[in-house]
Formats: sequence, C-alpha cells, structure tokens
Amino acid sequence: MKTTMFKVLGTSALLSALTAGSAFATECIAPANPGGGWDFTCRQIANIMYEIKAIDAPMQVTNMAGGGGGVAFSAVVADHNEDPDVIVAASSATTTRLAQNAFAGMTADQVRFVGAIGADPGVIVVAKDSPFQSLSDMVEAIKADPGSVAFAGGSAVGGFDHMKPLQIMKAAGFDDITKIKYIGVDGGADAITQTVGGFTQAMTGDMSEIVGFIKSGDVRALAVLTEERVPGFDDIPTAREQGFDVVAVNWRGVYVPKGISDDQFNAWAERLKAVAESDQWKAAMAENGLAPFTKVGGDFQSWVDGVIADTVVLSKEIGVIQ
Amino acid sequence: MDLLNNLALGFSIALSPYTLVLAVIGCFVGTIIGALPGLGPSNGVALLIPISFSMGFDAISALVLLTSVYYGAMYGGRISSILLNIPGDEPAMMTTLDGYPMARQGKAGEALVVSGVASFVGAFLATVGLMLMAPWLARVAFKFGPAEYFALYMLAFCTLGGVGSNNQAKSAMAACLGLGIAMIGLDKTTNMQRFTFGNMHLFDGIDFLVAIVGLFAVSEVFHFIETHGKNSAIGVKLGKVLIPWKMLNDTKGAMLRGSGIGFLAGILPGAGASLGSFLAYMGEKSISRDKDSFGKGNPNGVAAPEAGNNAAAGGALIPMLTLGVPGSGTTAVLLALLLTLNITPGPLLFTERPDVVWSLIAALLIANVMLLIMNVPMVKVFVRILSVPSYILLPGVTMIAFVGIYSLTGSSFDMMLMVAFGVLGYVCRKLDIPTVPIILGILLGNAMEDNMRRAMILSDGDWTYLFSSPIAISFWIAAVLGFIAPIFLRRFLKKPPLPTTDED
Repeated sequence: MKTTMFKVLGTSALLSALTAGSAFATECIAPANPGGGWDFTCRQIANIMYEIKAIDAPMQVTNMAGGGGGVAFSAVVADHNEDPDVIVAASSATTTRLAQNAFAGMTADQVRFVGAIGADPGVIVVAKDSPFQSLSDMVEAIKADPGSVAFAGGSAVGGFDHMKPLQIMKAAGFDDITKIKYIGVDGGADAITQTVGGFTQAMTGDMSEIVGFIKSGDVRALAVLTEERVPGFDDIPTAREQGFDVVAVNWRGVYVPKGISDDQFNAWAERLKAVAESDQWKAAMAENGLAPFTKVGGDFQSWVDGVIADTVVLSKEIGVIQ
Repeated sequence: MDLLNNLALGFSIALSPYTLVLAVIGCFVGTIIGALPGLGPSNGVALLIPISFSMGFDAISALVLLTSVYYGAMYGGRISSILLNIPGDEPAMMTTLDGYPMARQGKAGEALVVSGVASFVGAFLATVGLMLMAPWLARVAFKFGPAEYFALYMLAFCTLGGVGSNNQAKSAMAACLGLGIAMIGLDKTTNMQRFTFGNMHLFDGIDFLVAIVGLFAVSEVFHFIETHGKNSAIGVKLGKVLIPWKMLNDTKGAMLRGSGIGFLAGILPGAGASLGSFLAYMGEKSISRDKDSFGKGNPNGVAAPEAGNNAAAGGALIPMLTLGVPGSGTTAVLLALLLTLNITPGPLLFTERPDVVWSLIAALLIANVMLLIMNVPMVKVFVRILSVPSYILLPGVTMIAFVGIYSLTGSSFDMMLMVAFGVLGYVCRKLDIPTVPIILGILLGNAMEDNMRRAMILSDGDWTYLFSSPIAISFWIAAVLGFIAPIFLRRFLKKPPLPTTDED
C-alpha cells in the first residue's frame, strides 16, 4: 500500500520536474498558459529553430503566466537581465500594456525587442445579415448615433481590440471616442458569437480568429487593417482603400533581456530571420491566418517605440491612463 | 447511416493496438493526475502537451493520448473528493458534499463505484450527444448574450443557500466573501486594478485552485494538529468493496438527470463543468423527497454531480470544436492542442476535417469504456491508498497540496496564499460557516460581474435589459423560486439537525 502511495507522489514529483526545468541550452518563455498566441509563438520558434539547425540543442518552452505577461517581464528584468539564452514571446498586447503602465511601473526600455516574424491582421467584422455593407456605412451610423453600434472584442477595455475601432473613428474625423460602445469578452471566438447572436453589432479582432466563420458565411469582414490586402483573403478590402488610414496588426515576435551584448542580440536577430524565411514557418502562418510581417533588429525596436508612443496618446484620450 | 459511416471512419483511425496502448496509458496517468489535489484535467493535459510533441506523435495519436488523460482526470477528480474531502479539480467539488460523508460512514467503496458508473453514464451520454447534435447545438451559444448569462449565474447563486450548511444567512455571508475575493485582480471592463496593492501576483486574481486546496486541505491539517489526530476527518474506514447493484439501480434516475443538466451547461461557452455539476446537484436535491439527507451521504448526491460534470466535459467540446470557444479550462487546453497540430476548430471543422473529429469522438468512446473497466475493479486500490493511518497520510496530503499548487503556478506566493486560505478555512470551521459558497463565489463571481457590466454597457445602463429575452426571464423566474421557496417550505418542515460532519 505504501508503494502505491509513493507511486502517486512520484508521479506528481515527475510532473513538476518536467515543468520545472531540464538541461536545455536555450529557453523561450511564453508569458501565458498553454494555448494562446504567446505559447504558439514560442512553440513554433522552438521547433523551427531546432529543425533548421539555427540552434544546436532543442529549445525549452516555459509557460510563465500572470499579470498579462507582467510576471514574465519582471522575472526577465530581475533575474535574467544578462542571460543570453532566453527569449520571451511578445505581441501587440505586450506593448499596449507597457504603454498603459500595466506592468507595475516597468517600461519598454528595460528589455530589447528583437523582432517580429508574422502578424495577425486586425479586422472589423459584422454578422452576415448586418445592414452595413462597407466600413463607411458603419462609420456614418456611428457618427449619427454613437450608441447604435456596440463592438465586441477579445481584449479588455483599452486593449488592442478596443483601440482598432477607435483609431478608425479618429481617422474618420470623429473625436468623441469615449461614446463608442465596446465590451471585452473571453477571446475572439466569443466576440463573434456575441455578434452573430445580435448582442453586439460588430466584432473587432484578429484575422486568425475569424477565418472559420468567414468561410462558413456566418460573418462578413468589412475591413482588414493592413497596408495591402491579405493573400488568401483578397476579397476583403483594407480600411486604407476605403479612406480610413489605419493599420493595426497584432505582431508575433520576441524580446530579450536588456543586459546582453550587441553580438548576442544580433545573433538572436539572425536566428529569428532564419525562422521567418523558413518553409515551416510559412506553412504555420498560412494555417493560422497570419500574414507575413518581418521586422528584426534595430529596425523593429524603433517601430515598437513608435507604436508605444501612439498607444499612450490614445489611452490618455479614452481615460485608461492619466 | 452517415453517422455510422463516420463513426466507422473514426474507429478505423483510432482503433489500432498502438493507439489502444496510448489510451490505456492516458487513462491511467489521467486518473492519477485527477486524483491529486490541485492537479486537474486542465493542468494534466497542459503538462502532457509538450511531452507528446517531444515524443513525435502524429495528430491522431496525440489526440487519443490527451483525450484519454482528459477523461481520466475527470474520473480521477472524484477519488480524492470522496476519500479526502479535497476535490482534485473545480467540477469535482460538488462530489465532496455527499461523497465524503459516505466515506466516513464506511461506504467509501460504494461511493467510488457509484461515482465511477455515474461518470461513465455522464461522459457516454455526452459523447453520444456530441456525435448526434454537435453542429445543431452549436447554434445555442448564439442565443446567450450578457443578460442571459447573468441570469444563469443569478440562478446558481439563488439556489446556493442550502449548500453545505443549514443556515441560509451563513451561506449567504460565505458567498459574499467569495464574491469579494473574486473582485481581486484586473477589472476586465476598465482594465483597472482592484485590491492588488501593486502586487503583480494578484493582477490575475486569486487562482481558484489555490483557494480550494487551502480551504479544504490545509484547513484540515490545522484541524488535525489541534485535535492531535483524534476525530480528524482525514483517513477513512475501509469497508467491504462490492458492487452495490441496488444503490446503482436507485441512483440511475439521478445519473440520467445529472447527465442532461450537465450536458446543457457544458454547451454554454464559459459556463462549463463546474456550473454543470453544481446545477446537477441542486436539481437533484430540489426534486428529492428526502432533502435533509443531502450533504450527509446520499448516494444521489454523488451520482448527480459526477454524471453532471462528466457530461459537461463532453458538452463543452461542442462549442470548442464548432465555434472555437472553449467552455472550460480543459477545453481551452485541448483547443491549444488542436491549434498546435495545425487544426483550427470552427464551424467548418466537421466538414473539412472529418477524420480529426470522428477519430476524436472514437477516442472519447474508447477512453470511456476503458476507464469504466479500470475504475470499478481498481476501486479497492484507491481506497487502500488513502486508508493508511492519519499520521502517515497527513504529511502526504500536505506535500501533495504544496507540490500540486507549485507545479500549477510555479510561484511561492501562491503557496503562502494557500496557507492563508487554510487559516480562513479553519476560522470558518470554528464559526460553522460553510466554505463551499466561498469557493463558488470565487469561481463564478468574475463571469457574473463581467456579464452584468457588459449588459449595462450595451443597454446604456438600462437595467430592464437584464429581463429582455424569454431565456433570461425564465432563468430569473427559476432563480426567484429557488431563493424564496425554501423560506416558505421551512415553516412546514421541522428544523433540520446539524450535518454529521460538524460533530467535533
């Protein structure tokens, strides 16, 4: 009877040992539980880097959930500041939260952003029987009565999904953006069910979240928020070509600790670039509704700085930060 | 005929000796994971995803392995609920209410067999339901907006009064305490922090499992220390383990009703298995002629929630597969698995990837039968594990609690928090305040608040919006009845005695 007991305890110890760590050379931290975009980024990068021999040993993926990515961010700043073997998955949500001071006072300049290897294009979607046929129809309706159109999205108020309709309305010359209704639900698919069910009039989210529903005909996309139409979804017009100059993509990339040398930084940038150019990554992007979006090295860092500055301005306007 | 052809396709893929071995391993590992306090189906599956990839399994093998673990953990969750009064995961909580008193009365074996069979009935019916009606049932999710969800949660809270205590006021107080704890963390509607005191570990709120292991397991340890092991609840009598045919026959109605309620709750995205087992238990209690015996070891109180939570687990696969909306923590992890296998769940999955869907369904059926075979004869083993003397078992329980929580969150902060909850549980026990409503408050509070706030945003603060659809109105009527009826009924019933577990 004791042996069985020990077996039970042994299994739990084994399970925790498996998560706690083992002898891997490099590590990718996904700042969330398995299943989200960050986890996807880490697992794909880990698999592909090893497959294309950009790294010699398999890369370990660690899930460090908490604080919307803040727990991982503070762990990297505090404990891994000079660790050249660790990368952390990041996306637009990371920079939005940094801009809104949601990481307990930590700032974007405490780490270095290495690069993005793909992006989930922002989209505005309505139910198939919606009266809105184009983005302009919707914008006019909101201008006439701001309360008549409610948006559902997968992020909290002030999050990236909320910002997309606000940016469009700003681009349309409508400044009273606090009047625009937005509810944050648990993820993009949930936002779509609320919109198809008629509880909200539109959904704001990422391309990957709507692919199945577009194909099944439950929803129509009014606009995609990219510079050019997305390959494979060529019938969805961009906001820009409809006269609203808004580009909002949820990029998928990584950051590294601040304290590593420029050579080590450049090495990661090179490896990331190799992943971005690999066939495996191109296949994974096509399967998951991501569009090509490669920016690495110093180029990416300055782009991130610009995005954060813009987010700060918009967040102040809607009162998310003072 | 289509259905049978599809099913044959599924079995032809899933039924090879190799995958059967994987299913056996998955079921066994899953049962153990489920039985460990703190480790439930979601972290069990999450832990095994990386392993299944590093072993280079193809999509079907990985699906078979992990769905076996998923169902195994749903089965296993009941073992520690019944034997230790510590639910292995959220939905197993309701099973403690009657399962544990049964175990204390020396009927641990019966409770385990009844719950094992109830799990099978619930999971099997839900899998059949999934098979027959998935595409059609997916539309149900479109009927539920913020007002309907709020009314549904209201129904859950209004019927809460009688759970775990005979004092409605104390139950209500405990529920409010739970709701208060649920407010800790980032407010989803405004993105503002509440009660976090700048501590980042509190941004995401209090993890439900930390609270439950603290309130149930750690407080039991304190009680044990106080009484020097005398009268401690830990450790149960080992009765003769026979298959209690009569008890199974008596509880078949509860199993069927529990399955139905659980399945429907599972289909609603966001409601999930916890609500399923809760509503199944409350439903069974409300139609029972012998209400007083609930909470004191009524086999129906074991059968209904077990059937309910396993049926909900099956039902939750429907919105996950057809809409990509996970109905529970575990389906969220399974969703992650499918995405990593480059399978995108959505409205077209059933037509575009029939091989995946039907082999998944076949895998579920295989896992189910295997678990029933594995669980009923092996009940004795599980009872033995936990019938060792308290002075050996108790340090083991303490260790499992700490290891479980640490492997879940990887943070020492949560272990401290767990101890704090243990103190809270101890104090509540001294004051005869039930802890189950506290946990339900933590569990359901956020979703309830979010839906209310969403409803208020959509309606510009017009509260009548909450009563604006037939679905919402019927939930409200049921909620009001559930709340008021016991007050009037009490006049006609004699005051029930205190539950037996509170004699110290």
